[in-house]
Amino acid sequence: MLREHAKLLRLMQQTGEIVGRKKLQKMVYIAQQLELPFTEKFQYHVYGPYSEELTLRVEEVCALNFVEEIKEEKASYTQYRYQLDGRGEEFLAQADPEAADAETFARFAADLNQQTARFLELVSTIFYFSEMEKPDVALKIRKLKAKQNYSDEEIDSAYEYIAHLQHVLGS
Amino acid sequence: MPRPDGKLNEEKVFKDPVHRYIHVRDELIWDLIGTREFQRLRRIRQLGTTFMTFHGAEHTRFNHSLGVYEIMRRMIVNLEEEDTWDPDERLVCLAAALLHDVGHGPFSHSFEKVFHMDHEKWTREIITGDTEVNAVLQRMGADFPEKVADVIAKTYDNKLIVSLISSQIDADRMDYLLRDAFYTGVSYGQFDMERILRVMRANEDQAVFKHSGMHAVEDYIMSRYQMYWQVYFHPVTRSAEVILSKILHRARELMAEGYTFKTEPDRLLSIFSESPALHDYLKLDESVVMFYFQEWEEEEDPILSDLCRRFMHRRLFKYVECDPSEQMLIWPELQQLFRTIGVDPDYYLVIDSSSDLPYDFYRPGEKDERLPIHLLMPDGELRELSRESDVVEAISGKKRTDHKLYFPKDILLDESSFPEEKQRIRALLMKQEGEYYAT
Repeated sequence: MLREHAKLLRLMQQTGEIVGRKKLQKMVYIAQQLELPFTEKFQYHVYGPYSEELTLRVEEVCALNFVEEIKEEKASYTQYRYQLDGRGEEFLAQADPEAADAETFARFAADLNQQTARFLELVSTIFYFSEMEKPDVALKIRKLKAKQNYSDEEIDSAYEYIAHLQHVLGS
Repeated sequence: MPRPDGKLNEEKVFKDPVHRYIHVRDELIWDLIGTREFQRLRRIRQLGTTFMTFHGAEHTRFNHSLGVYEIMRRMIVNLEEEDTWDPDERLVCLAAALLHDVGHGPFSHSFEKVFHMDHEKWTREIITGDTEVNAVLQRMGADFPEKVADVIAKTYDNKLIVSLISSQIDADRMDYLLRDAFYTGVSYGQFDMERILRVMRANEDQAVFKHSGMHAVEDYIMSRYQMYWQVYFHPVTRSAEVILSKILHRARELMAEGYTFKTEPDRLLSIFSESPALHDYLKLDESVVMFYFQEWEEEEDPILSDLCRRFMHRRLFKYVECDPSEQMLIWPELQQLFRTIGVDPDYYLVIDSSSDLPYDFYRPGEKDERLPIHLLMPDGELRELSRESDVVEAISGKKRTDHKLYFPKDILLDESSFPEEKQRIRALLMKQEGEYYAT
């Protein structure tokens, strides 16, 4: 029952709290690229890979009171925090264990959640263009994300971080 | 004899019920329409299984693609009056508009879900691979196909151009809303597209709309909202889609088990494999799929044959509204009861959620999500639409989630076997809803 929703809840359970919709989007996309079993369809948008399906799924788990969404008004924008609710814990307890493999998620979820949304946007964009060579990816990022102004160091760090994640999941 | 300016000797027109006429003056566009990959779109319906609910919804991706091209052509005519418009981008835009859906397969939403495919990857492959489409595009320059593919993939450097074909208000959405409303026969779904095009202005990253045209944009948002609930989310269409997906799941499972089909699905073998080849994918269309479904009605496997009969003869599943936070308490018992009566719950007890469907509402969004619609105020400031429009603000905050539980009511009403268990199942389902909905 609601296998895809269960995976999302497991991710939130493992992280404790996810701050920001962009961060959540990028975390799920990166997990998918690392061949974890998320099935949401992503497309490239202004800020990197984005899934409307995931946005709707988050709305659904919030509407079911499985997840608490806390809205915060910042100076020039609105930010959202996500935490698993008691009802969500109850749902996860009876969810198909195959659909929400706690062990696999635990190996990377907390690690990803410690990164900034800006950095995860860069990492997910590199994943998105993974069929291109690194110099071409860097060029593409400079063109598509001129306003974010990513430095060479940040791009190198993102590649190192991807290697780190692949190592963690492979070990 | 081809003209040096790439124009046809005389304009060609297609009669179209939505835009009246679709005008083609560029040789490139005319030749793209004639390619086998584009002509294939005549055999793929725009709205998948919606024809099971709205019998008029037989229009195809071919009609829609021509419509998106025509809207883009009209947008460009308006934008050409602005200094910021780059005339070198004109043909890239037109080709991208025409080809944006060329990678769609038959019933592509279900196929993509079951086989983890992505029509946008097929689109890129058709545009950049060994195809007639690519050969036509190559005539414009070696990098032209890549440019067109990048616009469609939203990774093109010029973000304004990307936004014309793919944003919260774009040529694609405007055509499908008007076209789907026309062919389904519903009275909502109308808006003043000409007015929207007239108030559209080029901005750095996206097209924006003069504040004076706000009410036309409001109508578009309302149209999107109404079509979403009344057509795209229609529960009967979703029932057909559920059965279609389950047929594909079953066929794939049987194939993996080494089951011998009476009618071997030769045309689908490539899709069942991990990495289907482009030339195999291009052989698929809805006629091919429907042929196999009809043949599979005679298969020995009872689940496959039953599901195919249901799809072909519109013996769809019924549904109840479902609250998964309540349903989770009775779900294990329901599943066990289905197994007891000999009905596999994996195929016959299905929750379908709003997030399973490929359509969306307008949402203003958080910072750094998708770009919202912006109004251009008289002083040059940009304001997000819902901050100016009470109508849009009102519908932006409404409930948008929905879950339905689908099941074969006919089996549950047949009390010639397991009468007590079936009564119990009905009682559990009715506890959710009170009565069965008709499909």
